[in-house]
Amino acid sequence: MSAVTTDSPTGPAGPTPLAPQSVTPLRTVQQGLQLAWRSVLKIRSNPEEVLGLTLQPVMFVTLFVFVFGQAMMGDWQSYRDFLMPGIIAQSVIFATLGTGFTLSQDVEKGIFDRFRSLPIARSAPLVGAILGDLVRYTITVVMVLIVGLAIGFRPEGGVLGVVVAGALILLFAFALCWMSAFVGMIVRTPMSVQAFGMILMFPLTFGSSAFVAPESMPGWLQTVAVNNPVSHVVDAMRGLMIGGDVAGPVFWTLVWTVVITAVFFPLAAWAYRRRT
Amino acid sequence: MTHAIRAEGLVKEFKGKRALDRVDLTARRGAVLGVLGPNGSGKTTTVRILATLLRPDAGCAEVDGFDVLRHPHEVRRLIGLTGQYAAVDEELTGTQNLVLIARLLGFDRTQARVRSAELLERFGLSDAADRPTKGYSGGMRRRLDLAASMIGRPSMLYLDEPTTGLDPHSRNELWEVVRRQVDEGVTVLLTTQYLEEADHLADDIVVLDHGRVISEGTPEQLKDRAGTQVLELRTAEAEQLGLAVKVVEAVTSAPVSDDGLAARVPVTDSAVLPEVVRRLDEQGVAVGELSLRKPSLDEVFLALTGQPAEPQETSEETSA
Repeated sequence: MSAVTTDSPTGPAGPTPLAPQSVTPLRTVQQGLQLAWRSVLKIRSNPEEVLGLTLQPVMFVTLFVFVFGQAMMGDWQSYRDFLMPGIIAQSVIFATLGTGFTLSQDVEKGIFDRFRSLPIARSAPLVGAILGDLVRYTITVVMVLIVGLAIGFRPEGGVLGVVVAGALILLFAFALCWMSAFVGMIVRTPMSVQAFGMILMFPLTFGSSAFVAPESMPGWLQTVAVNNPVSHVVDAMRGLMIGGDVAGPVFWTLVWTVVITAVFFPLAAWAYRRRT
Repeated sequence: MTHAIRAEGLVKEFKGKRALDRVDLTARRGAVLGVLGPNGSGKTTTVRILATLLRPDAGCAEVDGFDVLRHPHEVRRLIGLTGQYAAVDEELTGTQNLVLIARLLGFDRTQARVRSAELLERFGLSDAADRPTKGYSGGMRRRLDLAASMIGRPSMLYLDEPTTGLDPHSRNELWEVVRRQVDEGVTVLLTTQYLEEADHLADDIVVLDHGRVISEGTPEQLKDRAGTQVLELRTAEAEQLGLAVKVVEAVTSAPVSDDGLAARVPVTDSAVLPEVVRRLDEQGVAVGELSLRKPSLDEVFLALTGQPAEPQETSEETSA
Protein backbone atom coordinates (compact mmCIF):
# COMPACT_ATOMS: atom_id res chain seq x y z
CA MET A 1 0.00 0.00 0.00
CA SER A 2 1.31 3.40 -0.87
CA ALA A 3 1.93 6.26 1.51
CA VAL A 4 -0.82 8.67 2.32
CA THR A 5 -0.80 12.39 1.88
CA THR A 6 -2.19 14.49 4.69
CA ASP A 7 -5.89 14.06 4.63
CA SER A 8 -7.51 17.43 5.30
CA PRO A 9 -11.27 17.70 4.94
CA THR A 10 -11.04 20.41 2.33
CA GLY A 11 -8.03 19.08 0.50
CA PRO A 12 -7.79 19.82 -3.18
CA ALA A 13 -9.30 17.44 -5.66
CA GLY A 14 -6.92 15.45 -7.72
CA PRO A 15 -6.23 11.97 -8.93
CA THR A 16 -6.82 9.54 -6.11
CA PRO A 17 -3.45 9.76 -4.43
CA LEU A 18 -3.69 6.28 -3.00
CA ALA A 19 -4.66 4.28 -6.03
CA PRO A 20 -1.58 3.05 -7.80
CA GLN A 21 -1.19 3.08 -11.57
CA SER A 22 -1.89 -0.58 -11.94
CA VAL A 23 -3.31 -3.31 -9.79
CA THR A 24 -0.72 -5.76 -8.53
CA PRO A 25 -1.68 -9.36 -7.80
CA LEU A 26 -1.20 -8.61 -4.11
CA ARG A 27 -3.65 -5.69 -4.28
CA THR A 28 -6.12 -7.91 -6.15
CA VAL A 29 -6.03 -10.40 -3.28
CA GLN A 30 -6.34 -7.62 -0.71
CA GLN A 31 -9.31 -6.14 -2.55
CA GLY A 32 -10.89 -9.56 -2.85
CA LEU A 33 -10.52 -10.05 0.90
CA GLN A 34 -11.94 -6.60 1.62
CA LEU A 35 -14.97 -7.43 -0.49
CA ALA A 36 -15.24 -10.84 1.17
CA TRP A 37 -15.33 -9.02 4.51
CA ARG A 38 -18.32 -7.13 3.16
CA SER A 39 -20.16 -10.45 2.73
CA VAL A 40 -19.27 -11.46 6.26
CA LEU A 41 -20.54 -8.13 7.63
CA LYS A 42 -23.74 -8.70 5.70
CA ILE A 43 -24.24 -12.11 7.27
CA ARG A 44 -23.77 -10.61 10.72
CA SER A 45 -26.17 -7.76 10.19
CA ASN A 46 -28.91 -9.72 8.49
CA PRO A 47 -31.12 -11.49 11.06
CA GLU A 48 -32.75 -13.70 8.41
CA GLU A 49 -29.35 -14.91 7.30
CA VAL A 50 -28.25 -15.63 10.87
CA LEU A 51 -31.51 -17.46 11.48
CA GLY A 52 -31.15 -19.42 8.25
CA LEU A 53 -27.61 -20.39 9.12
CA THR A 54 -28.42 -21.52 12.66
CA LEU A 55 -32.01 -22.71 12.87
CA GLN A 56 -32.19 -24.38 9.48
CA PRO A 57 -29.58 -27.03 10.33
CA VAL A 58 -31.29 -27.69 13.67
CA MET A 59 -34.61 -28.12 11.89
CA PHE A 60 -33.34 -30.25 9.04
CA VAL A 61 -31.23 -32.59 11.12
CA THR A 62 -33.85 -33.18 13.79
CA LEU A 63 -36.73 -33.56 11.34
CA PHE A 64 -34.92 -36.00 9.08
CA VAL A 65 -33.45 -38.04 11.91
CA PHE A 66 -36.59 -38.31 14.01
CA VAL A 67 -39.23 -38.37 11.25
CA PHE A 68 -37.54 -40.81 8.87
CA GLY A 69 -35.01 -42.54 11.09
CA GLN A 70 -37.14 -45.35 12.39
CA ALA A 71 -38.76 -46.06 9.02
CA MET A 72 -35.47 -46.02 7.17
CA MET A 73 -33.21 -48.11 9.33
CA GLY A 74 -35.22 -49.45 12.22
CA ASP A 75 -33.68 -47.06 14.72
CA TRP A 76 -33.01 -43.36 14.48
CA GLN A 77 -29.45 -43.63 15.77
CA SER A 78 -28.30 -45.67 12.75
CA TYR A 79 -30.06 -43.31 10.36
CA ARG A 80 -28.50 -40.32 12.12
CA ASP A 81 -25.03 -41.68 11.44
CA PHE A 82 -25.91 -42.47 7.84
CA LEU A 83 -27.59 -39.10 7.32
CA MET A 84 -25.05 -36.67 8.82
CA PRO A 85 -22.59 -36.61 5.89
CA GLY A 86 -25.51 -36.35 3.46
CA ILE A 87 -27.23 -33.53 5.24
CA ILE A 88 -23.99 -31.56 5.56
CA ALA A 89 -23.50 -31.90 1.81
CA GLN A 90 -27.11 -30.99 1.08
CA SER A 91 -27.00 -27.89 3.30
CA VAL A 92 -23.81 -26.61 1.71
CA ILE A 93 -24.99 -27.34 -1.83
CA PHE A 94 -28.19 -25.38 -1.23
CA ALA A 95 -26.15 -22.59 0.30
CA THR A 96 -24.26 -22.19 -3.00
CA LEU A 97 -27.49 -20.79 -4.42
CA GLY A 98 -26.83 -17.73 -2.30
CA THR A 99 -23.77 -16.88 -4.39
CA GLY A 100 -25.79 -16.37 -7.55
CA PHE A 101 -28.56 -14.70 -5.63
CA THR A 102 -26.37 -12.04 -4.02
CA LEU A 103 -24.38 -11.42 -7.19
CA SER A 104 -27.58 -10.87 -9.09
CA GLN A 105 -28.77 -8.54 -6.35
CA ASP A 106 -25.56 -6.51 -6.45
CA VAL A 107 -25.82 -6.08 -10.20
CA GLU A 108 -29.48 -5.14 -9.98
CA LYS A 109 -28.93 -2.56 -7.26
CA GLY A 110 -26.06 -0.87 -9.05
CA ILE A 111 -23.53 -1.86 -6.40
CA PHE A 112 -21.35 -3.54 -9.00
CA ASP A 113 -21.37 -0.33 -11.04
CA ARG A 114 -19.90 1.45 -8.07
CA PHE A 115 -17.18 -1.19 -7.64
CA ARG A 116 -16.41 -1.23 -11.32
CA SER A 117 -16.02 2.53 -11.46
CA LEU A 118 -13.28 2.30 -8.82
CA PRO A 119 -9.63 1.84 -9.74
CA ILE A 120 -9.57 -1.72 -8.43
CA ALA A 121 -8.97 -5.12 -10.02
CA ARG A 122 -11.72 -6.08 -12.41
CA SER A 123 -12.10 -9.52 -10.88
CA ALA A 124 -12.10 -8.34 -7.24
CA PRO A 125 -15.89 -8.11 -6.77
CA LEU A 126 -16.42 -11.63 -8.12
CA VAL A 127 -13.50 -13.09 -6.18
CA GLY A 128 -14.66 -11.27 -3.04
CA ALA A 129 -18.21 -12.55 -3.33
CA ILE A 130 -17.02 -16.12 -3.66
CA LEU A 131 -14.46 -15.90 -0.85
CA GLY A 132 -17.16 -14.42 1.38
CA ASP A 133 -19.49 -17.26 0.50
CA LEU A 134 -16.89 -19.85 1.43
CA VAL A 135 -17.10 -18.37 4.94
CA ARG A 136 -20.86 -18.90 4.85
CA TYR A 137 -20.45 -22.49 3.67
CA THR A 138 -17.96 -23.17 6.44
CA ILE A 139 -20.40 -21.84 9.03
CA THR A 140 -23.04 -24.13 7.53
CA VAL A 141 -20.81 -27.20 7.84
CA VAL A 142 -19.95 -26.37 11.44
CA MET A 143 -23.55 -25.68 12.43
CA VAL A 144 -24.92 -28.91 11.00
CA LEU A 145 -22.10 -30.80 12.65
CA ILE A 146 -22.82 -29.20 16.03
CA VAL A 147 -26.48 -30.21 15.80
CA GLY A 148 -25.39 -33.74 14.88
CA LEU A 149 -22.99 -33.92 17.81
CA ALA A 150 -25.72 -32.64 20.10
CA ILE A 151 -27.96 -35.58 19.22
CA GLY A 152 -25.22 -38.09 19.77
CA PHE A 153 -23.39 -38.32 16.42
CA ARG A 154 -19.87 -39.59 17.16
CA PRO A 155 -18.01 -39.94 13.85
CA GLU A 156 -15.59 -42.87 13.86
CA GLY A 157 -13.25 -41.06 11.52
CA GLY A 158 -12.40 -38.72 14.39
CA VAL A 159 -11.37 -35.11 14.06
CA LEU A 160 -9.16 -35.81 11.05
CA GLY A 161 -11.89 -37.62 9.14
CA VAL A 162 -14.39 -34.87 9.85
CA VAL A 163 -11.98 -32.10 8.86
CA VAL A 164 -11.05 -33.80 5.59
CA ALA A 165 -14.72 -34.49 4.83
CA GLY A 166 -15.52 -30.85 5.55
CA ALA A 167 -12.69 -29.71 3.31
CA LEU A 168 -13.95 -31.96 0.55
CA ILE A 169 -17.48 -30.59 0.58
CA LEU A 170 -16.13 -27.02 0.68
CA LEU A 171 -13.99 -27.78 -2.34
CA PHE A 172 -17.00 -29.19 -4.15
CA ALA A 173 -19.07 -26.16 -3.12
CA PHE A 174 -16.33 -23.90 -4.46
CA ALA A 175 -16.79 -25.57 -7.86
CA LEU A 176 -20.58 -25.33 -7.65
CA CYS A 177 -20.57 -21.68 -6.72
CA TRP A 178 -19.10 -20.81 -10.14
CA MET A 179 -22.17 -22.47 -11.60
CA SER A 180 -24.33 -20.43 -9.25
CA ALA A 181 -22.42 -17.27 -10.16
CA PHE A 182 -22.95 -18.03 -13.84
CA VAL A 183 -26.69 -18.46 -13.33
CA GLY A 184 -26.74 -15.27 -11.25
CA MET A 185 -25.15 -13.35 -14.08
CA ILE A 186 -27.30 -14.61 -16.93
CA VAL A 187 -30.78 -14.42 -15.44
CA ARG A 188 -32.49 -11.09 -14.95
CA THR A 189 -33.52 -10.99 -11.31
CA PRO A 190 -32.38 -12.48 -7.99
CA MET A 191 -35.75 -14.21 -7.65
CA SER A 192 -35.24 -16.15 -10.87
CA VAL A 193 -31.85 -17.30 -9.61
CA GLN A 194 -33.62 -18.85 -6.67
CA ALA A 195 -36.36 -20.41 -8.79
CA PHE A 196 -33.90 -21.78 -11.31
CA GLY A 197 -31.54 -22.99 -8.61
CA MET A 198 -34.24 -24.85 -6.69
CA ILE A 199 -35.21 -26.79 -9.80
CA LEU A 200 -31.59 -27.80 -10.17
CA MET A 201 -30.71 -28.42 -6.53
CA PHE A 202 -33.62 -30.60 -5.45
CA PRO A 203 -33.04 -33.44 -7.93
CA LEU A 204 -29.29 -33.07 -7.53
CA THR A 205 -29.36 -33.59 -3.76
CA PHE A 206 -32.37 -35.89 -3.34
CA GLY A 207 -31.52 -38.00 -6.36
CA SER A 208 -28.26 -38.98 -4.71
CA SER A 209 -27.01 -41.12 -1.88
CA ALA A 210 -27.43 -38.22 0.56
CA PHE A 211 -30.67 -39.41 2.21
CA VAL A 212 -31.16 -43.02 1.13
CA ALA A 213 -28.95 -45.68 -0.39
CA PRO A 214 -29.45 -45.69 -4.20
CA GLU A 215 -29.95 -49.51 -4.08
CA SER A 216 -33.48 -48.91 -2.78
CA MET A 217 -34.39 -46.73 -5.77
CA PRO A 218 -36.01 -47.90 -9.02
CA GLY A 219 -33.52 -48.90 -11.73
CA TRP A 220 -33.51 -45.70 -13.81
CA LEU A 221 -33.18 -43.48 -10.74
CA GLN A 222 -30.50 -45.74 -9.35
CA THR A 223 -28.43 -45.17 -12.48
CA VAL A 224 -28.88 -41.42 -12.10
CA ALA A 225 -28.13 -41.46 -8.39
CA VAL A 226 -25.03 -43.61 -8.63
CA ASN A 227 -23.53 -41.31 -11.25
CA ASN A 228 -24.66 -38.13 -9.57
CA PRO A 229 -21.60 -36.11 -8.49
CA VAL A 230 -23.34 -35.38 -5.20
CA SER A 231 -23.35 -39.14 -4.45
CA HIS A 232 -19.60 -39.27 -4.89
CA VAL A 233 -19.09 -36.39 -2.46
CA VAL A 234 -21.51 -37.85 0.07
CA ASP A 235 -19.97 -41.34 -0.23
CA ALA A 236 -16.49 -39.88 0.25
CA MET A 237 -17.63 -37.93 3.30
CA ARG A 238 -19.39 -40.97 4.68
CA GLY A 239 -16.25 -43.04 4.24
CA LEU A 240 -14.17 -40.41 5.99
CA MET A 241 -16.60 -39.79 8.81
CA ILE A 242 -18.22 -43.13 9.63
CA GLY A 243 -16.09 -45.60 7.71
CA GLY A 244 -16.33 -47.29 4.34
CA ASP A 245 -14.86 -46.88 0.87
CA VAL A 246 -12.86 -43.65 0.60
CA ALA A 247 -10.39 -43.71 -2.29
CA GLY A 248 -12.90 -44.22 -5.13
CA PRO A 249 -15.45 -41.60 -4.10
CA VAL A 250 -12.72 -39.07 -3.24
CA PHE A 251 -11.18 -39.60 -6.66
CA TRP A 252 -14.53 -39.04 -8.42
CA THR A 253 -15.30 -36.04 -6.25
CA LEU A 254 -12.03 -34.44 -7.29
CA VAL A 255 -12.70 -35.27 -10.94
CA TRP A 256 -16.15 -33.67 -10.76
CA THR A 257 -14.79 -30.66 -8.92
CA VAL A 258 -12.25 -30.09 -11.65
CA VAL A 259 -14.79 -30.67 -14.43
CA ILE A 260 -17.43 -28.37 -12.96
CA THR A 261 -14.85 -25.66 -12.30
CA ALA A 262 -13.35 -26.04 -15.75
CA VAL A 263 -16.76 -25.56 -17.34
CA PHE A 264 -18.34 -22.96 -15.11
CA PHE A 265 -15.41 -20.79 -14.07
CA PRO A 266 -14.85 -19.55 -17.65
CA LEU A 267 -18.60 -19.27 -18.20
CA ALA A 268 -19.06 -17.28 -15.00
CA ALA A 269 -16.10 -15.05 -15.85
CA TRP A 270 -17.49 -14.49 -19.34
CA ALA A 271 -20.98 -13.72 -18.08
CA TYR A 272 -19.52 -11.41 -15.45
CA ARG A 273 -17.54 -9.45 -18.00
CA ARG A 274 -20.52 -9.29 -20.32
CA ARG A 275 -22.99 -8.22 -17.70
CA THR A 276 -20.79 -5.74 -15.89
CA MET B 1 -5.74 20.53 -21.95
CA THR B 2 -8.75 22.70 -21.27
CA HIS B 3 -11.34 19.98 -21.59
CA ALA B 4 -11.80 17.71 -18.63
CA ILE B 5 -14.16 15.40 -20.51
CA ARG B 6 -14.46 15.13 -24.24
CA ALA B 7 -16.61 12.71 -26.22
CA GLU B 8 -16.88 12.50 -29.97
CA GLY B 9 -19.39 10.63 -32.08
CA LEU B 10 -20.50 8.19 -29.38
CA VAL B 11 -22.77 5.49 -30.74
CA LYS B 12 -24.35 2.73 -28.68
CA GLU B 13 -26.98 0.26 -29.72
CA PHE B 14 -28.97 -2.09 -27.50
CA LYS B 15 -30.52 -4.95 -29.42
CA GLY B 16 -30.59 -2.98 -32.65
CA LYS B 17 -32.02 0.08 -30.99
CA ARG B 18 -29.88 3.17 -31.11
CA ALA B 19 -29.51 4.55 -27.59
CA LEU B 20 -26.80 7.00 -28.62
CA ASP B 21 -26.50 8.40 -32.10
CA ARG B 22 -23.20 10.25 -32.58
CA VAL B 23 -23.12 12.20 -29.35
CA ASP B 24 -20.45 14.87 -28.94
CA LEU B 25 -19.86 16.69 -25.71
CA THR B 26 -17.17 18.48 -23.79
CA ALA B 27 -16.93 19.48 -20.16
CA ARG B 28 -14.70 22.37 -19.24
CA ARG B 29 -12.32 21.85 -16.35
CA GLY B 30 -13.82 22.93 -13.04
CA ALA B 31 -17.22 23.55 -14.57
CA VAL B 32 -20.55 21.73 -14.39
CA LEU B 33 -21.82 20.18 -17.58
CA GLY B 34 -25.52 19.45 -17.44
CA VAL B 35 -26.91 16.73 -19.69
CA LEU B 36 -30.60 17.42 -19.96
CA GLY B 37 -33.12 15.06 -21.48
CA PRO B 38 -36.21 12.95 -20.89
CA ASN B 39 -36.17 9.27 -19.90
CA GLY B 40 -34.57 7.11 -22.54
CA SER B 41 -32.78 9.98 -24.24
CA GLY B 42 -29.39 8.39 -23.63
CA LYS B 43 -28.21 10.24 -20.52
CA THR B 44 -27.38 7.17 -18.47
CA THR B 45 -25.75 5.44 -21.42
CA THR B 46 -23.51 8.46 -21.93
CA VAL B 47 -22.48 8.51 -18.28
CA ARG B 48 -21.82 4.78 -18.27
CA ILE B 49 -19.54 5.06 -21.27
CA LEU B 50 -17.65 7.96 -19.71
CA ALA B 51 -17.35 5.95 -16.48
CA THR B 52 -15.82 2.96 -18.36
CA LEU B 53 -18.82 0.78 -17.48
CA LEU B 54 -19.97 0.42 -21.07
CA ARG B 55 -18.09 0.26 -24.35
CA PRO B 56 -19.37 2.49 -27.14
CA ASP B 57 -20.01 0.84 -30.50
CA ALA B 58 -18.33 3.77 -32.19
CA GLY B 59 -16.78 7.08 -31.27
CA CYS B 60 -14.28 7.94 -28.59
CA ALA B 61 -14.17 9.62 -25.24
CA GLU B 62 -11.39 11.03 -23.13
CA VAL B 63 -11.33 11.95 -19.48
CA ASP B 64 -8.46 14.24 -18.59
CA GLY B 65 -6.73 13.09 -21.75
CA PHE B 66 -7.15 9.39 -20.96
CA ASP B 67 -9.07 7.31 -23.46
CA VAL B 68 -11.92 5.44 -21.77
CA LEU B 69 -11.29 2.33 -23.84
CA ARG B 70 -7.51 2.21 -23.80
CA HIS B 71 -6.86 3.52 -20.28
CA PRO B 72 -9.93 2.63 -18.23
CA HIS B 73 -7.94 2.21 -15.04
CA GLU B 74 -6.54 5.76 -15.24
CA VAL B 75 -10.03 7.07 -15.92
CA ARG B 76 -11.36 5.25 -12.85
CA ARG B 77 -8.69 6.89 -10.73
CA LEU B 78 -10.06 10.29 -11.69
CA ILE B 79 -13.79 9.82 -11.42
CA GLY B 80 -16.43 9.43 -8.76
CA LEU B 81 -19.75 7.99 -9.88
CA THR B 82 -23.15 8.42 -8.31
CA GLY B 83 -25.59 6.36 -10.25
CA GLN B 84 -29.28 6.77 -10.77
CA TYR B 85 -30.10 4.39 -7.97
CA ALA B 86 -28.30 4.97 -4.72
CA ALA B 87 -25.84 2.09 -4.84
CA VAL B 88 -25.39 1.57 -1.14
CA ASP B 89 -25.35 -1.73 0.65
CA GLU B 90 -28.61 -1.85 2.57
CA GLU B 91 -27.47 -4.28 5.21
CA LEU B 92 -24.34 -2.34 6.06
CA THR B 93 -24.20 0.85 8.10
CA GLY B 94 -23.23 4.20 6.62
CA THR B 95 -19.75 3.89 8.09
CA GLN B 96 -19.30 0.31 6.87
CA ASN B 97 -20.29 1.33 3.35
CA LEU B 98 -17.76 4.14 3.23
CA VAL B 99 -14.97 2.27 4.98
CA LEU B 100 -15.27 -0.55 2.44
CA ILE B 101 -14.79 1.83 -0.49
CA ALA B 102 -11.93 3.60 1.27
CA ARG B 103 -10.18 0.29 1.99
CA LEU B 104 -10.61 -0.74 -1.65
CA LEU B 105 -8.98 2.52 -2.68
CA GLY B 106 -5.97 1.70 -0.52
CA PHE B 107 -6.64 3.63 2.68
CA ASP B 108 -5.47 1.75 5.74
CA ARG B 109 -7.92 0.99 8.54
CA THR B 110 -7.40 4.23 10.46
CA GLN B 111 -7.37 6.46 7.40
CA ALA B 112 -10.52 4.78 6.12
CA ARG B 113 -12.30 5.49 9.42
CA VAL B 114 -11.14 9.10 9.48
CA ARG B 115 -12.12 9.77 5.87
CA SER B 116 -15.53 8.12 6.36
CA ALA B 117 -16.29 10.05 9.52
CA GLU B 118 -15.25 13.26 7.81
CA LEU B 119 -17.56 12.68 4.85
CA LEU B 120 -20.47 11.52 7.00
CA GLU B 121 -20.05 14.70 9.00
CA ARG B 122 -19.92 16.84 5.91
CA PHE B 123 -23.07 15.25 4.48
CA GLY B 124 -25.00 15.50 7.72
CA LEU B 125 -25.07 11.74 8.30
CA SER B 126 -23.01 11.51 11.49
CA ASP B 127 -26.02 10.64 13.63
CA ALA B 128 -26.99 7.80 11.31
CA ALA B 129 -23.42 6.58 10.77
CA ASP B 130 -23.84 3.33 12.68
CA ARG B 131 -27.32 2.45 11.50
CA PRO B 132 -27.94 0.06 8.60
CA THR B 133 -28.72 2.10 5.48
CA LYS B 134 -31.97 0.27 4.85
CA GLY B 135 -33.44 2.58 7.50
CA TYR B 136 -32.22 5.71 5.68
CA SER B 137 -34.56 8.06 3.86
CA GLY B 138 -34.19 8.53 0.10
CA GLY B 139 -32.32 11.77 0.60
CA MET B 140 -29.93 10.23 3.12
CA ARG B 141 -29.16 7.36 0.76
CA ARG B 142 -28.36 9.72 -2.07
CA ARG B 143 -26.06 11.70 0.19
CA LEU B 144 -24.33 8.54 1.36
CA ASP B 145 -23.98 7.44 -2.25
CA LEU B 146 -22.46 10.80 -3.11
CA ALA B 147 -20.13 10.55 -0.10
CA ALA B 148 -19.04 7.12 -1.31
CA SER B 149 -18.17 8.51 -4.72
CA MET B 150 -16.05 11.23 -3.14
CA ILE B 151 -13.85 9.15 -0.87
CA GLY B 152 -10.95 9.07 -3.29
CA ARG B 153 -11.17 12.83 -3.91
CA PRO B 154 -12.12 12.47 -7.55
CA SER B 155 -11.41 15.40 -9.83
CA MET B 156 -14.44 14.47 -11.94
CA LEU B 157 -17.79 13.77 -10.37
CA TYR B 158 -20.48 12.04 -12.42
CA LEU B 159 -23.98 12.49 -11.06
CA ASP B 160 -26.66 10.55 -12.88
CA GLU B 161 -30.03 12.06 -12.01
CA PRO B 162 -28.95 12.73 -8.45
CA THR B 163 -32.21 14.30 -7.32
CA THR B 164 -34.83 12.23 -9.12
CA GLY B 165 -37.44 11.24 -6.56
CA LEU B 166 -36.14 13.53 -3.83
CA ASP B 167 -38.27 16.02 -1.93
CA PRO B 168 -37.42 19.73 -2.46
CA HIS B 169 -35.57 20.00 0.83
CA SER B 170 -33.27 17.03 0.14
CA ARG B 171 -32.81 18.26 -3.40
CA ASN B 172 -31.62 21.67 -2.19
CA GLU B 173 -29.21 20.00 0.21
CA LEU B 174 -27.78 17.93 -2.59
CA TRP B 175 -27.41 20.97 -4.83
CA GLU B 176 -25.52 22.67 -2.02
CA VAL B 177 -23.11 19.74 -1.79
CA VAL B 178 -22.54 19.76 -5.53
CA ARG B 179 -21.82 23.50 -5.52
CA ARG B 180 -19.26 23.04 -2.77
CA GLN B 181 -17.47 20.42 -4.84
CA VAL B 182 -17.35 22.77 -7.78
CA ASP B 183 -15.91 25.46 -5.54
CA GLU B 184 -13.13 23.05 -4.69
CA GLY B 185 -12.29 22.65 -8.35
CA VAL B 186 -14.10 19.43 -9.19
CA THR B 187 -15.49 19.02 -12.70
CA VAL B 188 -19.08 17.78 -12.58
CA LEU B 189 -21.05 15.89 -15.18
CA LEU B 190 -24.68 16.02 -14.18
CA THR B 191 -27.62 14.39 -15.90
CA THR B 192 -31.11 15.55 -15.15
CA GLN B 193 -34.65 15.61 -16.40
CA TYR B 194 -35.25 18.99 -14.80
CA LEU B 195 -34.53 22.21 -16.59
CA GLU B 196 -34.57 23.96 -13.25
CA GLU B 197 -31.80 21.74 -11.92
CA ALA B 198 -29.62 22.25 -14.98
CA ASP B 199 -30.29 25.96 -14.73
CA HIS B 200 -29.27 26.05 -11.06
CA LEU B 201 -26.13 23.98 -11.28
CA ALA B 202 -24.79 23.79 -14.81
CA ASP B 203 -22.37 26.15 -16.52
CA ASP B 204 -23.01 24.45 -19.84
CA ILE B 205 -25.93 22.33 -20.93
CA VAL B 206 -26.24 19.65 -23.55
CA VAL B 207 -29.78 18.66 -24.45
CA LEU B 208 -30.24 15.04 -25.47
CA ASP B 209 -33.23 13.58 -27.23
CA HIS B 210 -33.46 10.11 -28.74
CA GLY B 211 -29.73 9.67 -28.35
CA ARG B 212 -28.85 12.87 -30.18
CA VAL B 213 -27.61 16.23 -29.02
CA ILE B 214 -30.37 18.57 -30.09
CA SER B 215 -29.11 21.73 -28.46
CA GLU B 216 -26.24 22.99 -26.39
CA GLY B 217 -25.04 26.15 -24.78
CA THR B 218 -25.08 28.03 -21.53
CA PRO B 219 -28.33 28.04 -19.53
CA GLU B 220 -28.84 31.63 -20.69
CA GLN B 221 -28.50 30.71 -24.34
CA LEU B 222 -30.89 27.81 -23.96
CA LYS B 223 -33.43 29.92 -22.22
CA ASP B 224 -33.17 32.51 -24.94
CA ARG B 225 -34.07 29.75 -27.33
CA ALA B 226 -36.66 28.05 -25.20
CA GLY B 227 -38.02 30.96 -23.18
CA THR B 228 -37.64 31.34 -19.45
CA GLN B 229 -41.34 31.14 -18.82
CA VAL B 230 -44.50 29.95 -20.42
CA LEU B 231 -47.51 32.12 -20.89
CA GLU B 232 -50.67 30.04 -20.76
CA LEU B 233 -54.01 31.45 -21.75
CA ARG B 234 -57.56 30.16 -21.69
CA THR B 235 -60.42 32.22 -23.00
CA ALA B 236 -63.74 32.38 -21.24
CA GLU B 237 -65.40 31.18 -24.41
CA ALA B 238 -63.67 28.54 -26.47
CA GLU B 239 -64.58 30.17 -29.83
CA GLN B 240 -62.40 33.13 -28.96
CA LEU B 241 -59.25 31.08 -28.54
CA GLY B 242 -58.29 31.43 -32.20
CA LEU B 243 -58.45 35.18 -31.96
CA ALA B 244 -56.49 35.12 -28.71
CA VAL B 245 -53.76 33.03 -30.33
CA LYS B 246 -53.37 35.66 -33.05
CA VAL B 247 -53.11 38.41 -30.45
CA VAL B 248 -50.48 36.56 -28.43
CA GLU B 249 -48.55 35.73 -31.56
CA ALA B 250 -48.51 39.38 -32.54
CA VAL B 251 -47.18 40.44 -29.14
CA THR B 252 -44.58 37.75 -28.53
CA SER B 253 -43.64 37.00 -32.13
CA ALA B 254 -43.03 33.42 -30.99
CA PRO B 255 -44.77 30.22 -32.14
CA VAL B 256 -47.94 29.71 -30.12
CA SER B 257 -49.23 26.21 -29.58
CA ASP B 258 -52.85 25.57 -28.79
CA ASP B 259 -54.71 22.38 -28.06
CA GLY B 260 -58.18 23.82 -28.51
CA LEU B 261 -58.46 24.53 -24.79
CA ALA B 262 -55.49 26.71 -24.01
CA ALA B 263 -52.76 28.56 -25.86
CA ARG B 264 -49.14 28.34 -24.72
CA VAL B 265 -46.13 30.34 -25.74
CA PRO B 266 -42.59 30.59 -24.40
CA VAL B 267 -41.68 34.08 -23.27
CA THR B 268 -38.36 35.53 -22.19
CA ASP B 269 -39.65 38.86 -20.92
CA SER B 270 -42.55 38.98 -18.48
CA ALA B 271 -43.29 42.53 -19.63
CA VAL B 272 -45.31 41.00 -22.46
CA LEU B 273 -48.00 40.07 -19.96
CA PRO B 274 -49.61 43.53 -19.56
CA GLU B 275 -49.29 44.05 -23.30
CA VAL B 276 -51.14 40.81 -23.98
CA VAL B 277 -53.87 41.75 -21.53
CA ARG B 278 -54.26 45.20 -23.07
CA ARG B 279 -54.53 43.87 -26.63
CA LEU B 280 -56.94 41.10 -25.67
CA ASP B 281 -59.08 43.71 -23.98
CA GLU B 282 -59.01 45.85 -27.12
CA GLN B 283 -60.13 42.90 -29.18
CA GLY B 284 -62.89 42.14 -26.72
CA VAL B 285 -61.57 38.71 -25.77
CA ALA B 286 -62.78 37.60 -22.34
CA VAL B 287 -59.89 35.90 -20.55
CA GLY B 288 -60.72 32.79 -18.55
CA GLU B 289 -57.25 32.12 -17.21
CA LEU B 290 -53.92 33.73 -17.86
CA SER B 291 -50.71 32.63 -16.21
CA LEU B 292 -46.94 32.82 -16.43
CA ARG B 293 -45.03 29.81 -15.21
CA LYS B 294 -41.74 27.98 -15.59
CA PRO B 295 -41.62 25.81 -18.68
CA SER B 296 -41.78 22.07 -18.27
CA LEU B 297 -39.19 19.92 -19.95
CA ASP B 298 -41.79 19.10 -22.58
CA GLU B 299 -42.18 22.72 -23.42
CA VAL B 300 -38.44 23.26 -23.63
CA PHE B 301 -38.24 20.37 -26.01
CA LEU B 302 -41.14 21.74 -27.97
CA ALA B 303 -39.37 25.06 -28.27
CA LEU B 304 -36.02 23.48 -29.17
CA THR B 305 -37.19 20.76 -31.50
CA GLY B 306 -40.65 21.75 -32.54
CA GLN B 307 -41.69 18.32 -31.27
CA PRO B 308 -42.85 17.23 -27.87
CA ALA B 309 -40.49 15.04 -25.90
CA GLU B 310 -41.73 11.50 -25.93
CA PRO B 311 -40.14 9.15 -23.46
CA GLN B 312 -38.71 6.28 -25.38
CA GLU B 313 -39.31 2.70 -24.32
CA THR B 314 -35.76 1.57 -23.82
CA SER B 315 -34.39 -0.98 -21.50
CA GLU B 316 -31.35 1.20 -21.00
CA GLU B 317 -30.76 0.36 -17.36
CA THR B 318 -31.44 -3.31 -17.46
CA SER B 319 -29.57 -4.21 -20.60
CA ALA B 320 -26.70 -1.84 -20.00
